[in-house]
Amino acid sequence: MARVFMKGCEAIAEAAVRAGCRFFAGYPITPQNEIPEYFARRMSEVGGVFVQGESEVASVNMVYGAASMGTRSMTSSSSPGISLKSEGISYCASARIPMVYANISRGGPGVGSIQPAQQDYFQATKASGNGGFEMLVFAPSTVQEAVDMTYKAFDYADRDRNPVLILADGVIGTMMEPVVLPDAKSDEEVAAMKEAKKDWACVGHKLDYPNRAWIEPGHWQTSDMQRANEEAAAVYASWENEVQVEEYKIEDAEIVIAAYGISARISKSVVDMLRKEGIKVGLIRPITVHPFPYKTFDNINYGICKAVLDVEMSIPAQFVQDVSIGVKERCPIETCLSSGGNIISREAIIEAVKKINEKQGV
Amino acid sequence: METNLCVAGFGGQGVMTLGKFLASATCDSTDKNVTFFPSYGAEQRGGTANCFVVISDEMIGAPLGDVMDDLIVMNGPSLNKFLCTLKEGGNLFINSSIVSDDIARKDIKIIKAPVTELALELGNAKVLNVIMLGVYVGYTEVVSPEVVWGTIESKLGKKPKLLPLNKAAFEKGLEIGKSQK
Repeated sequence: MARVFMKGCEAIAEAAVRAGCRFFAGYPITPQNEIPEYFARRMSEVGGVFVQGESEVASVNMVYGAASMGTRSMTSSSSPGISLKSEGISYCASARIPMVYANISRGGPGVGSIQPAQQDYFQATKASGNGGFEMLVFAPSTVQEAVDMTYKAFDYADRDRNPVLILADGVIGTMMEPVVLPDAKSDEEVAAMKEAKKDWACVGHKLDYPNRAWIEPGHWQTSDMQRANEEAAAVYASWENEVQVEEYKIEDAEIVIAAYGISARISKSVVDMLRKEGIKVGLIRPITVHPFPYKTFDNINYGICKAVLDVEMSIPAQFVQDVSIGVKERCPIETCLSSGGNIISREAIIEAVKKINEKQGV
Repeated sequence: METNLCVAGFGGQGVMTLGKFLASATCDSTDKNVTFFPSYGAEQRGGTANCFVVISDEMIGAPLGDVMDDLIVMNGPSLNKFLCTLKEGGNLFINSSIVSDDIARKDIKIIKAPVTELALELGNAKVLNVIMLGVYVGYTEVVSPEVVWGTIESKLGKKPKLLPLNKAAFEKGLEIGKSQK
């Protein structure tokens, strides 16, 4: 397969188009502007629609509308913009609307900084809006992974009738890397996917059609609302088999790094560098950060593991809390952190590993 | 084998384009892994801009390394900021038209090219980055000059009028790079 050299944001947009996404609405914010920019150029070529909304709130609600009609739809933003979209995401989750969105996250809180960060972990995995809904959340560590995840995300969204989140960061979004793009869905396939949603979507029915579509982000009767939540909870419970994780050289590891996304990618190269020096390091990288691969931490050899090192671009650390649920106090957990737009360096991770070794004796 | 390159200068000097041309050419012509990572502030012009290109036979972990094998600096502030990241025995490519500072480090190779002046001589100040790319490729041969030119040619495809000027700029750079080996 031919590889092309693409920027992460553009590759995500192209993957979405190839998956059959035919509606995108967004609002500019760094470092994800290349996603709407790419869609603006590309959508007209495939008969799709691109809208730059007047705000984040408007654009996410446009996606709510388009997806309600059975069209594969997407929005994207970066951290503070995602916060603004959270109301619409919650509405989509409540109304059981399939949609895909990407957070190319940056430093925070507040306006924060425009450089890459991983400070939206809790927001992405625990509460992306009010009401306690859940989503599949994928964390790419390469541009290729971002492409593959985005492509697949639309299938998951349709299957579950639920939003799916691609949790990337400013490095993945702005870096360029060779990628192999998936096959584009044909016009017929795109039409068929929309047709398949006829049972629930507002695809346009004849007046005497008995089963008219009704999209609601809430219910007046508490019993109806509870039933809707129970149905959604059953879908969330079915995700046990969707957990994805990469384990790298953990069998004999004396120190296991736990990291996701860009931090995991940088950590992986550190594992190889340190192993050349004879230091036995391994890596656990959750690929889905929700549901979280807690059980993978049972595979650590706690007889020889001195510590788990949490590496993430967030101060205070967030991801570490899920790591600690997995580790279950079977060994100490140390952290190596950066924040506010500073990209974690290999040097810092190496230093943190060596510090653990010194503290506990090699 | 992994090569880490940092290209740094003022916004508007074509620093990003230089890095992108090189990285694209590597993707087009080799099986190697390659990443391009831009770093800049909110401004479009002025301010500092820099990018990192990593070319490797192995998986690339960090798209921006801590230690650079090669460093291209187009202005004074970039030299001050990034010289310390260049490894011992590394290559420093310098725009000698505007960076006149003496380099205190004696453990590196210095390749000088007055690319701002040369670009003006060619009739367009904007091609300084293409001259510098020529210098870099001519000196390091990290990718063949033909492939890099092929990439430039295809990227400038929509503006064929600019091709002769860029060709002249690239060749001027190659000549300087090769002569300082």
